[in-house]
Formats: sequence, C-alpha cells, structure tokens
Amino acid sequence: MNVQILKLLAKDARMSIADLATVTGLGEQEVSAEIKEMKDEGLIRGFRTVIDWEKLDEFYVSAMVEIKVTPKPGLGFEDIAKKIAKFHEVESVYLLSGDSDLCVIVKCKTFQDVSRFVAKELAVMESVTSTKTQFVMRRYKELDVDLEVTDPDERGVVSSC
Amino acid sequence: MLNYDRILNDTITEIQPSGIRKFFDIAATMHDVISLGVGEPDFPTPWKIRNAAIKSLERGKTGYSANRGLAELRREISYYLERKYSLVYHPQDEILITVGGSEAIDAALRSIINPGDEVIIPQPSYVCYVPMVQMAGGIPVITENKAENGFKLLAEELREKMTSKTKAVILPYPSNPTGAIMERADFEEIEQVIRDTDIMLLSDEIYSELTFNGKKHVSPASVGTLHERTVVVNGFSKAFSMTGWRLGYTCGPKEIITQITKLHQYSIMCAPTTSQYAAITALRDCDEEVAAMIEEYDTRRKLMVSGFNSIGLECREPEGAFYAFPSIKSTGMTSAEFCEKLLAAEKVAVVPGTAFGDSGEGYVRASYCYSTDHIRTAIERTGKFLRTL
Repeated sequence: MNVQILKLLAKDARMSIADLATVTGLGEQEVSAEIKEMKDEGLIRGFRTVIDWEKLDEFYVSAMVEIKVTPKPGLGFEDIAKKIAKFHEVESVYLLSGDSDLCVIVKCKTFQDVSRFVAKELAVMESVTSTKTQFVMRRYKELDVDLEVTDPDERGVVSSC
Repeated sequence: MLNYDRILNDTITEIQPSGIRKFFDIAATMHDVISLGVGEPDFPTPWKIRNAAIKSLERGKTGYSANRGLAELRREISYYLERKYSLVYHPQDEILITVGGSEAIDAALRSIINPGDEVIIPQPSYVCYVPMVQMAGGIPVITENKAENGFKLLAEELREKMTSKTKAVILPYPSNPTGAIMERADFEEIEQVIRDTDIMLLSDEIYSELTFNGKKHVSPASVGTLHERTVVVNGFSKAFSMTGWRLGYTCGPKEIITQITKLHQYSIMCAPTTSQYAAITALRDCDEEVAAMIEEYDTRRKLMVSGFNSIGLECREPEGAFYAFPSIKSTGMTSAEFCEKLLAAEKVAVVPGTAFGDSGEGYVRASYCYSTDHIRTAIERTGKFLRTL
C-alpha cells in the first residue's frame, strides 16, 4: 500500500504513471506495481470524473433516502444494506448513527422514477420500517470540488512578487 | 507649465524603473497566455479565515486598531513563531503588525539607515530591496548568489562585500526567484563573519512556510547570537494565500521595533483591522489548510522541475518558496530574449531572471502557483519552442 499514491490519485485520477513516479520518487514500474496491487487488494475501486450534471438540460435526479430498519438477529444491518446496495438505482449506502439507520443515495432519470423506486423496492423490503425521501435540489460541492467556483484567473500574466 | 524636474525629489526620480517593464507590458496585453509568471498563490484564502473577517465586520470591528496591531494577534504571532521556528519575541514591544511584508521591510530599513550607509543585498532577489535602500538614503551593495552554491549566500561572499560603512545585510530566504533556502549551518558561518561588527540582518521570511524535502525553515534569529542583530519580516500573503489582505509583521529587539513603530504610526496608523482579525484565525486554526496547500505545491514543484529538465532546460531543485529557476543558457539567448520569443511563439509567459538582478542572466523564473494541468501545458509548449531553435 502506498498512501502517497492514493492521495495523489484521489485529487487527480488522471495523473500519469510518469508523473506519479516523479512526485513519489519511485520508478514507473514500481508505481504501476503499487497501483495494481492496490486494485487487487480492493483498495482502489475505480476512477471517476467529477461532473456538474446541472450544466446539462437532462440531468438525473437524486434523493437521499433515510431508512429505518429492524435489524435481523445475528445479521444486524449488514444483510439489508447489502441487498439495497445491489439496486442499479442506488449510488451509495451508508450506515448511520442517530435517528435513521441507513442513508441511501438514489439516482434516477426523473422524480417519478425515484418515487416509484422507493415505494416499490425500498419501502416494501422486509425489515424496513420507514423511509424518508429527500430530493436533492441543488449541488454546491461534489467530491471536494466546489461547483460554485468558476471564476477566471484574475492574477494577470507576470509579476515580480 | 511647471518644470517638474525642479520639483521632484532627486532620490526618487533617480530610481530606475524595472528593466523588464517592456516585457511585462507586452505580456499583459496578450490573450490566451499560458502564464507561469505570477508569484501569487492560486488558492483563495481558506474559508475559515475569510469567515473570521466577515464575522469581525458583522460585530462592527471596523475601527483603527492599536498602532502596533491587535494585542491578540501579536500574542498569536508570538506563539506561532515560537512553535514553528523557536523564535522568542515579546508581543508587547518586539512585534509590530504592518501592511504586508513590504511595509515592514521599508520601515525596518528606514529605521536603521543613515545617509551613505551600505546595505548588502544578495541577488537574484525580489525587486524591492534595492529601491527601498535607496529611498532610505542608503547605498545598495550587491552580492551575487551562484547556481553552483545552490544560490545561497556564502559567508565568504558576504565578507568580501563588508566595509566600515556596512549597516545591514538583507537575507531573502526562502528565495524569490531561486527557491534557495538557508540552513542552520549556513547562518552559523555568517555569524562567524559578522560577530565582531555592528552589522544588522534584515531577514525577509515571507516564504517561511513553504519549504520542501523535509527541510524546515530556519530563521537566522534562532541561530547562535544572531537574535540581537536580526530584524525578522514575515506575513500572511504566501503561507495563508492572503496577498490581497495586505498584512505582515516585523519582529526584533525592542530598541529597533520602537523606532519602526514610530515610522508605522505616523505614515500608516495601523494595519487593516479586518485583516488582523482574519489573521488571528489563520494562525490559530489553519494548520491543516496550510499543510494541504504545501502538499499541492510540492506535487507541482516536482512536476515542474522534472518537466524543465526533460525538455532540456537544466533546473535544480528549489527547496523553498514556489518558484523554479531553470537555466536557459543552453539556448544561447539572453533571459529577456528567451522570454520574449517564448511568449511570441508559444504564448507561454515566464519572467526573465534579470528582473531580479544582473546575476539572474541565463535563467528564467517559473512560478508553480498554477494547476498541474496548466504547468504540463506550459512545459509542453516550451519544449515545442525549444525544438524550433
């Protein structure tokens, strides 16, 4: 495991092997081997792009669904959480402290699709006692990226300070 | 019509405008320039700091502060300097809050220079020292830092420039534009050279947070007996990405700070109060934000140095500030020529080394206050330019 490589890739997944080698001081082959190993270990799970979907006319709708569950003896929340995670519509599943038990981020084409999915699939699951669906109205920050900031560089071209 | 030549102050009119003004003017009018030319952080000021300023405004903290600056901020600076650099300054009479590091340098020089005093200035270095010494009535004496010494100031070189008129030495490290730093052993040698003199040290440590390769900044004021003859200048611009807030400070023996405070109180009154409230939060609560910025600079630094070397411009590894200082001697061009042609051909802007003194000839300064994508593009284009030569 190489934490430095992880941190660099977390900031910029497109960083080339050559650049990673330059920054970490490792050889390119070593970097490739480290990355492969971390993928094999399941530490690196994917490389994604941060997109501001709202810039497009057709963007998807997401909702944060808080779910209360009656935990199963011996299985706790694991069983239900894993089942929920299998749905194509589900982007993330988290176990929470506090009032709700699970937080599920659901992503669909339309509001109706989200409602239908929650009603027909989530709410009726065995051991789910209640759901609270909150639609995402607007995204301000996604994966550390401030979606509000698009200001051009106003620093000028050259300076001596 | 008035004859302004008879009206204006001779010392000021004799100060030469920067020789590379022409290049700066051309660069400023061009569009779509991929610039590595700006020595200013690209990060906005951390939000906690901005928020502290907003809160101070909401609470109506909009008056003057004490001339020396808010007592609370001076206390925080005192803690911070001790925690970071083992410097001990009393907040009451050894710390003064100024309008940026610039005011501190100016006032410190004016507080010690008598007409005809010499001030030794290592170059290549930031452009303000020579004119500021001249404006204070002093005589700048240039010593040239050499690439083979990692652009450090050697004790030996300093000794060669010392005369009976030497009043002070400027120590601009970590260095803009070379990225050189001075280490404890370097200062210990300097201590030996000046120990039997009254020569003062003016240490401009504005880049003190920005050191790399695990090397921590060393202030000369923490070395041996140098404390009593050192005036430290520092500020918030570079470390906390607060250039526009115009906030710096100076620390030193109270005999000197008392005099600097007079200059400050009559010409400035006090540093901006809003900025001072923001700065308290910067020192108290922003270690993580600063660490994240330094980590990002370090990534960029390595990519830039490796990039320049890979396209055939020899570039030593800078250990401080946020500049690379590659040699362009292999092209046979002067620094100014190189910069003008690179700008015209590939729209990449870097600053001629000669902007920082004659000894910068053969080098250019490239800032890494830019995103890694931006740096890659600039270096690719520079490589393309080199292949056409």
